[in-house]
Amino acid sequence: MNRYMSELTEVEQVVGYQNPNEHGYYGSFGGAYIPEMLQRNVAELKESYLKIMEEESFQQEFQMLLKDYVGRPTPLFYAERLSEELGSNIYLKREDLCHTGAHKINNTIGQILLARRLGKTRIIAETGAGQHGVATATVCALKGMECIVYMGEKDIERQAPNVARMQLLGATVIPALSGSKTLKDATNEAIRDWINNPVDTHYIIGSVVGPHPYPDMVARFQSVISQEIRAQLLEKTGSELPTHVVACVGGGSNAAGAFYHYLNELSVQLVAVEAAGHGVNSGMSAATTQLGKSGVLHGSKSLVMQTEDGQVIEPHSISAGLDYPGIGPLHAHLFKSGRGLFLSATDDEALESVFHLSKIEGIIPALESAHAFAALKTLGLTKKDVVVVCLSGRGDKDLATYMKAMK
Amino acid sequence: MSKLQEVFKNKSGNVLNVYCTAGYPHLESTLQIIDTLQKNGADIIELGMPYSDPLADGPVIQQSSLVALENGMTIATLFSQLKNLPSSTGDKEAAIILMGYMNPVLQYGFEKFCKDAAEVGVSGLILPDLPEYEYETEYGAIIKKCGLDFIFLVTPETSEERVRRLDLLSSGFLYAVSSSSTTGNEKDFNAVEKYLERLKSLNLKNPILVGFGIKDKETFNTACKYANGAIIGTAYIKALEGAANVEQATKKFLAGILK
Repeated sequence: MNRYMSELTEVEQVVGYQNPNEHGYYGSFGGAYIPEMLQRNVAELKESYLKIMEEESFQQEFQMLLKDYVGRPTPLFYAERLSEELGSNIYLKREDLCHTGAHKINNTIGQILLARRLGKTRIIAETGAGQHGVATATVCALKGMECIVYMGEKDIERQAPNVARMQLLGATVIPALSGSKTLKDATNEAIRDWINNPVDTHYIIGSVVGPHPYPDMVARFQSVISQEIRAQLLEKTGSELPTHVVACVGGGSNAAGAFYHYLNELSVQLVAVEAAGHGVNSGMSAATTQLGKSGVLHGSKSLVMQTEDGQVIEPHSISAGLDYPGIGPLHAHLFKSGRGLFLSATDDEALESVFHLSKIEGIIPALESAHAFAALKTLGLTKKDVVVVCLSGRGDKDLATYMKAMK
Repeated sequence: MSKLQEVFKNKSGNVLNVYCTAGYPHLESTLQIIDTLQKNGADIIELGMPYSDPLADGPVIQQSSLVALENGMTIATLFSQLKNLPSSTGDKEAAIILMGYMNPVLQYGFEKFCKDAAEVGVSGLILPDLPEYEYETEYGAIIKKCGLDFIFLVTPETSEERVRRLDLLSSGFLYAVSSSSTTGNEKDFNAVEKYLERLKSLNLKNPILVGFGIKDKETFNTACKYANGAIIGTAYIKALEGAANVEQATKKFLAGILK
């Protein structure tokens, strides 16, 4: 039995914040609000995901690919100059060094192996900024599977390099033309595709959203992030436990991964940073916990940004990866229960952090990840604190935005 | 007995359920459409409550939802329109049911929604994204308390055991999706006949209406061979699209199905 598997078995025994109940609820959030047309697929997944994930052959292949293909473990880097400036101890979890440039591939590797074991031959995915689309197209190429990625027509225009990457990797990118033509609508289109292709298709959702078991499954695939942090921190500081773990949250997959093995360690402050856009109350924001109400979106009950009549609102963030009107049910529960501290950073604050981190540590972060850094100065950190920031992705994809902002 | 159940008491076959998105093509179309539909042969009128993210619907109904929302349709507006529905016109009256998604209903307040719907004469509800577990543990009791029927969907992928369970939970009728697909998707209808035959042989508690893919006289008649009737949505919305006169377009459409 390898280490990950023994972790999983341990995880099974833990009650608390990690696991949803058998119906997929974290507190009052979660569930599987799906039309009957998706019932069989989702039920099949629900019955088999844990079994498959625990199979030795699955774990062997998964661990091998994480190591040799993704490049894990990713380093935990002590950011000396940033630490000095903040008068604290800041460690960066370098998910930006993963193959394809972000943590997204941890999940797509896991799900493609799962899909193959379920006998599926066709893969669909949604993408906003294109990072999850690229990560999905990558694993489909790796395994020789047909790949269709739905992407909002507007996002296709503003993320052209990632569209080219997906196409280069052999994927078909289909523009979502409905609604607001962004991530929310790409997700709708992917779900509709799944409804229309119920037998041969697996839907690789990119975040800890969607009907049960997706939030739990994606969180488990991403939990390798905090599993590594614990071991690396022990080596560097003599303790597995930091005082803070900080991550940005859109749907919340990198945060779920970075928090996962600390969820029940109540001494660790979990800090989730949402995108405030032009400002939480500007009408141009994506800070779902601040602006959302309980509702149902994309198959689960969670906090959703919506009008008084229950129509979903199109959010705004400079970062396409955080530009989502919902949030995973795990995070909604962390927010409501007070287990997590939810902060937000504006577009301008995120950009400022991009430039600052680039100059002070020689690392150009993705716009999404920059939101996590922007929140650090508000935490009142001291010399005693040990802070891990999840650097979820690299900034290459955002270069056009950065160049514009430099002028 | 609800008005919906009466429909099936009086008529065991060829029951026609016509779907229309409330507030489409115009905000004020609802009452005129109901009136015309029921005078011209519709037994059940299924009013769609427009939603920004209707993930079980195909492009035609999505578009009609978008138009209806732009026209300003809300659940509250729909209820106030239905309040003005002239009681018994002397003509045959259709049963009215509502179809929609959970989120707008939850924001309206689930219990208030059921009460207000029953008050304005709605007989039943179709909420495709309200799952069985949540229905049984939370919402079913409220729906029943308000005297509304609740209609579950079944598909060719639904197991027999599950069909029987959903049949027991449903009242009014059972909605047989003719293929696993979003609304308006055309698939080979012949392939569907076997599935409908199988459903019929189960001798379920509820009458069965076939939906998805019913678009003309031929598909309606075929559906009626195996079930108590059928639901037409996308084809009717298409008929209304750009129609100068809603009443005439509706009459012409129904004549094409029934005559």
